[in-house]
Amino acid sequence: MGSSALVLLTICGIAFAAGGILLSKALAKTSTNSQKGETYECGIPTTGTSFIQFNVGYYLFALIFLIFDVELVFMYPWAVVVKEVGMPAFVEILVFMFILFMGFLYAWKKGALRWD
Amino acid sequence: MDLSILIEKSVLVVILFSVSLAVAAYSTYAERKIAAFLQDRYGPDRAGPWGLLQPLADGGKMFFKEEIIPNASDKFLFILGPCIFMTTALMTSAAIPWGKSLHLFGRDISLQVANLNIGILYIFAIVSIGVYGIMIGGWASNNKFALLGAIRASSQMISYELAMGMAIIALLLTSNSLSIRDIVDQQAGFHWNVFYQPLGFIIFLVCAFAECNRTPFDLPETETELVGGYHTEYSSMKLGLYLFAEYTNMFISSAVISCLYFGGYHFPFIDSLNLPQNVAAIISVFVLFAKVCFFIFFFMWIRWTLPRFRYDQLMRLGWQMLLPLAIVNVLITGAWLTYFK
Repeated sequence: MGSSALVLLTICGIAFAAGGILLSKALAKTSTNSQKGETYECGIPTTGTSFIQFNVGYYLFALIFLIFDVELVFMYPWAVVVKEVGMPAFVEILVFMFILFMGFLYAWKKGALRWD
Repeated sequence: MDLSILIEKSVLVVILFSVSLAVAAYSTYAERKIAAFLQDRYGPDRAGPWGLLQPLADGGKMFFKEEIIPNASDKFLFILGPCIFMTTALMTSAAIPWGKSLHLFGRDISLQVANLNIGILYIFAIVSIGVYGIMIGGWASNNKFALLGAIRASSQMISYELAMGMAIIALLLTSNSLSIRDIVDQQAGFHWNVFYQPLGFIIFLVCAFAECNRTPFDLPETETELVGGYHTEYSSMKLGLYLFAEYTNMFISSAVISCLYFGGYHFPFIDSLNLPQNVAAIISVFVLFAKVCFFIFFFMWIRWTLPRFRYDQLMRLGWQMLLPLAIVNVLITGAWLTYFK
């Protein structure tokens, strides 16, 4: 029952986004001018390629994120049952978190979490 | 599924849809009025009484603006970006319980589109897809500033998602359920989670600001360095969708904060009045909306109070302060639940 309502909401969302763009296309006046198709960027003609080099830090953070996100997925089912299972569940997660935290501290010590 | 439930859900979806859009539209008005109030100005006051028609005028303007797609851009992705961002922003509202159930036509009508037993995970999943909307839009623009803005946005959003997830885990430890309705009902009376999880609440709040790209975390669209950020090349309704989706995100995150930490549609002492079911349901909707309005105001208040972070400060706050704090919070909560109880 819930899932069909979700599908309905998704369809409405897509319809709103697509409908807005199509309606605007139908209503707005257009005129052609060769300069209109130029990239705006910051107002003056662009130089060089747009796919510039950027800080390697973005990749490092993405990698660390991946590790922690997978860990987070493991923790959701644990969090829901910990009240029923009690102490053993807590000790097990302590071991898990300890190993993970060591990795986190290693990344921290290596300077992967420093942005410069 | 029988027809009546389908009709009921359709009506609910349409109402929820219009309400989200109306709240998002009037958030832009509120933003400008609150900014004006805090800066001792009048704000918009020409369109209608007190400028109340301003959002409609703005929306109308967006429709009549000429659509310009740069030649250098990837046209399909350029259009896809804002569509994904808007759709995901609207989809998150499904898992939120907007009030107690109504009793109409001889049966109970739940004011929640889908009572998912994994409501929190659903919201997280959809919010994560929203990052693609920004990333695709910024990349397809084929423009240095838009690309930088998009990379900043995705990096910032994934960084703060971790601390946010950890804060949620501490909350789940006490609630034992991933369903938002269960979490809300456990807070009936005055057992709001904010009193039991104050640290988790602060972490969650900061992360919500970062996820919505609001000041002081509005690095993806810093006009002083990146022109317009990831939507520099956008115009007409596609720009409108981006801006609209941001306000919708703010509305939904206010609703999520209210539901998870401030008792959702519950308010102390109202339960003891023994009101008829429908009256109680309507009051509960208003209670939730009052809380949501407060948080939307809070979002705007912060915008005019705190200056923007530098990117290295933002990363340090996310990774070296909030994430360790959130892990400690989980461990303390876990220890409390298993050892002292």
